[in-house]
Formats: sequence, structure tokens, C-alpha cells
Amino acid sequence: MAWSFVLFWILAVVSVVSSIMMVVTRNPVRSALFLVVTFLCVAVYYVTLAAQFIAAVQVIVYAGAIMVLFLFVIMLLNLGAPEALRERGTLQTRVALLLGFIFIAALIGSSLIALPTAPAPPGVYQPLGTVQGIGLNLFSPNQPWLFPFEITSILLLVAIVGAIIMAKRRV
Amino acid sequence: MVPTPYYLVLAGILFTIGVIGVLVKRNAIVIFMSIELMLNAANLTFIALGRHFGQVNGQMYVIFALAVAAAEVSVGLGIIVAIFRLRESINIDEVNLMKF
Repeated sequence: MAWSFVLFWILAVVSVVSSIMMVVTRNPVRSALFLVVTFLCVAVYYVTLAAQFIAAVQVIVYAGAIMVLFLFVIMLLNLGAPEALRERGTLQTRVALLLGFIFIAALIGSSLIALPTAPAPPGVYQPLGTVQGIGLNLFSPNQPWLFPFEITSILLLVAIVGAIIMAKRRV
Repeated sequence: MVPTPYYLVLAGILFTIGVIGVLVKRNAIVIFMSIELMLNAANLTFIALGRHFGQVNGQMYVIFALAVAAAEVSVGLGIIVAIFRLRESINIDEVNLMKF
């Protein structure tokens, strides 16, 4: 089982470094491409966590649709110039880094609290995240997910109308 | 079989990088990307804990979070385009009309 640790550490290094580079670099196009790398690493994590369907959706929706939307807007607004925005003063950066370290210490400390033991042994393979498992759970009348699923359609409709109204030249 | 706290710590690190990006950057689009990174870290936590407890409900939350993220990105980028039309800039320090 050592290979899963090897995969975990490789992907951890790649995802953390690319997300740091996303924040550090000044070119928005490079930020978007580094974020795509992070999303793909997270998608591989989903596969290792028995969430195959979510991994496919992550690649299609996040790394595909959402990041293409970001790149379209960057291209549309002509923001590709690296020196388009000056960086902030160093004081705000330092305070943000300090607060970030405090926050990460709190998060890691709370992550290391012993989790309650699982009712099912987590090592056993279950068809957890396959399309069948997701669909049976999502559309089952015994589960509370059917009504939020329908509400999501209204949410997407509102988002479509809102985006069109925002992007229109004159309302 | 990587234990669950590894994934939780990694998600915490990614979330904190997103928080620092929101605090430090000026470009509104990069701030949006940092918010997406934070959403992804939260999704990773949901899925890791869902596997830990052997339940599929964590992945249900992730599906709805994905839909909300897609809606949020479309509306947010529409707002950014509108601000750019108004101000010819997306520097968020210049959009301070509500900061009195």
C-alpha cells in the first residue's frame, strides 16, 4: 500500500506548489493555468477517495467549463499584460501571511483531533462514488436529496438570467 | 489507504492559500480564482470524510457545491465585466463606492 502514499505526496506537492504559484504570479492567464493544474490534482484525489463520478465532473465542470469561462473573460477584458496591476504594499502582504499562518495552524490542529470511528470499515471497497451509487442515492425517495436537486435547477435559471442582465450593455 | 487526516490537512493548506490570495491580490479575477480554490478544498474535505464514514452523502454535498460554484462564477464574471465597462479597470481598490 506504499504506492498510495507515494501518489498522495506527489499530488500534494504539485497541488500546493501550483496553488501557491497561482497566488504569486502576476499574469492572470498563468494564474488560471496553475489553477487548472490544482483542479486536476484534486480530481485525482477524488479517484483515490472512491469518488469516480465526482472526479469526472470535476474535470468537466471545473477544469473545463469554469476555467474556460475565466480565460474568456481575461481575453475579453484584455488583462493578459503582466504589469497591468501594481502589487499591494508589503504591510498588507505581511499581515495576510501572518493571519494565514494562524489560520492554517488552527485548521491543522482541528484536523488532527481523533475522528470518530466509522460505522463501516473504510478500507472495504464499496461502490461509493460510481454513477450507479450516486444516482441511487440522489434520486431515492428515502433520501433528502431530491428536493435540493430540483431547487438547483431554479438556482441555475436565476444565474443565467442574472449573468445576462449583468453583461448586457443597457438594461 | 491514506488516512483521512492527511486529506484534511491538505485541504486546510489549500483553503489557506485561497484565503491569502483573497487578502493579498488586487485583480478581481484572481480573487475569484482563489475563491474557487477554497471551494475545492471544502469539496475535498467533504469527500474525504464521506469515505471515512463509508457514506455517499458527502459526495451529494459536493454535487450541489459544484452547481452553486458554476452559478457563482457566471454571475461573478458578469459583475466583473460590468465593473470593467464602468471603470476601465478591475482593480478592486478602485471600486470603493460602498466603502464610506
